[in-house]
Amino acid sequence: MEDLYRAIADPTRRAILDELVDRNGQTLFEICGRLTLKHGIHSSRQAISQHLEVLESAGLVVTKREGRCKFHWFHGGPLKAIAKRWPTDGRRS
Amino acid sequence: MRINLSSVLVDDQEKALRFYTGTLGFRKKHDIPLGAHRWLTVVSPEDPDGTELVLEPDEHPAVKPFKSALVEDGIPFTSFAVEDVAAEHERLAALGVKFTLPPTDFGTVIAAVFDDTCGNLIQIAQRTGAGPG
Repeated sequence: MEDLYRAIADPTRRAILDELVDRNGQTLFEICGRLTLKHGIHSSRQAISQHLEVLESAGLVVTKREGRCKFHWFHGGPLKAIAKRWPTDGRRS
Repeated sequence: MRINLSSVLVDDQEKALRFYTGTLGFRKKHDIPLGAHRWLTVVSPEDPDGTELVLEPDEHPAVKPFKSALVEDGIPFTSFAVEDVAAEHERLAALGVKFTLPPTDFGTVIAAVFDDTCGNLIQIAQRTGAGPG
């Protein structure tokens, strides 16, 4: 299990999450296209694939196969731990 | 020198001919028996004397792992030009074609990607501005 904070510390990985929130369920091809176009990130597919592995290991991305394609989905569940640790209203419930 | 042929590697030539003509709307140009397979090409009705697309058998052992790896990552190896990606997406989806990328604006190009049923992902693209593509 990758550390959640390490996973979201990287700007490219945050951009990947932004794009998956924009449209959930993307192939690696689509993610790379969006990062290039919308964020000016020109990393190799291999590098993006490794970022996705870190996000998947932290539980923030899940992959599902449909047919022979692999799609990536944002999964926000682990982020609850942050708000639980530091409540957004400043108090623990 | 000019480019007169391009190939897609298909798992079944007869099925490919049905998809590329019946569904996509290309026309058969050459169909020559060649042992176990055929020299089989299609052209666009908009450009019948233009570049021919060869529907090439994918039997070589190196081909299937290559095709699978591209499909897994959603990568189209072949791209066709269309006037209106959204209209083509609507037309093809109604015919049951499965898209892995819906029409998406990439700045200078609008593109979509679909499964050709023969083991390939195909991009259709419409240029919307200056730049490559």
